Amino acid sequence: MHIAEGFLPPAHAVAWGVASAPFVVHGVRSLTREVREHPESTLLLGASGAFTFVLSALKLPSVTGSCSHPTGTGLGAILFRPPIMAVLGTITLLFQALLLAHGGLTTLGANVFSMAIVGPWAGYAVYTLLRRSNAPLMVAVFSGAFVADLSTYCVTSVQLALAFPDPGSGFLGALGKFGSIFAVTQVPLAVSEGLLTVLVMRLLVQSSKGELTRLGVLLAKKQSRTETETEAVAR
Amino acid sequence: MSRNTKINLVLLFVVAALAVLPLALGLGDHKEEPFTGADAEAETAITELKPDYEPWFSPLYEPPSGEIESALFALQAALGAGVLAYYFGLRRGRRQGEQQALEREADSALAGAAGKSTAEQD
Repeated sequence: MHIAEGFLPPAHAVAWGVASAPFVVHGVRSLTREVREHPESTLLLGASGAFTFVLSALKLPSVTGSCSHPTGTGLGAILFRPPIMAVLGTITLLFQALLLAHGGLTTLGANVFSMAIVGPWAGYAVYTLLRRSNAPLMVAVFSGAFVADLSTYCVTSVQLALAFPDPGSGFLGALGKFGSIFAVTQVPLAVSEGLLTVLVMRLLVQSSKGELTRLGVLLAKKQSRTETETEAVAR
Repeated sequence: MSRNTKINLVLLFVVAALAVLPLALGLGDHKEEPFTGADAEAETAITELKPDYEPWFSPLYEPPSGEIESALFALQAALGAGVLAYYFGLRRGRRQGEQQALEREADSALAGAAGKSTAEQD
């Protein structure tokens, strides 16, 4: 999903940068608030960022005969909500743009928009919907991570189709072209990402119950029962 | 092996299978260059759609060879994996430490109670 350096016309590059900036600024604020109010969450924040680092470095072969990589943004979005993931994703993209010549500074806005904003929000929305309708935690986690991954690549396809419409068939023709490169390749990788996110969430459930309860991923069963008990007593 | 560990291993196995199958089934055989990056393919598609397009900015730093590039990618993955492993190791260690402290407390409370009761009998 990395649009290469200089591969978006200047007007598009600026527009995506302007669209992304408020999300990242808002994310930085949420992140500093989270760290100030809950210093103990710094470690898990680091782990969420690390997950994105690993997954976006893994280029995996796919059914279309080309390689692509997962994004790893679903986990952080589910744990810390999308604004914070916008920052973690931007850091990852900046690292790759500066050191790996993967993505770029002029296309950073567009890449941040797809991987660090739309992906996390879409994944978080699906996760929240499923949780509200009482789906099991791991089903919601898998779906959230899957959607975060796949939607990122769909956005990239739209971004490129907007910038380079097909001379004959226009925007839709180009969308089909870029979509077949990105979105189709991504389907099995999104499944992999979903499974890996479930794996990490399972490990977290074993190791960090308290943290997950505070973040609202696990429900505080005991606490709510004692709360209702004290309420009953008060009455 | 606990049921939990088994499920985790199955998850890893499926991910590995999803990565290996396209290679094993030769799904890249129809291409001149099988298993290139989708990002690079998009660049090719751009030049097909708009042959006169010239990238107007080039990376500030470009890894001088494929080897250096893969080294930097490996570094990125290693950094991430290292932090993740640190996190889970730390959590596990803390949990074990807490458990040991609880056991020790329970032991000493038990020993204390036993000492008291023997003292009363005397």
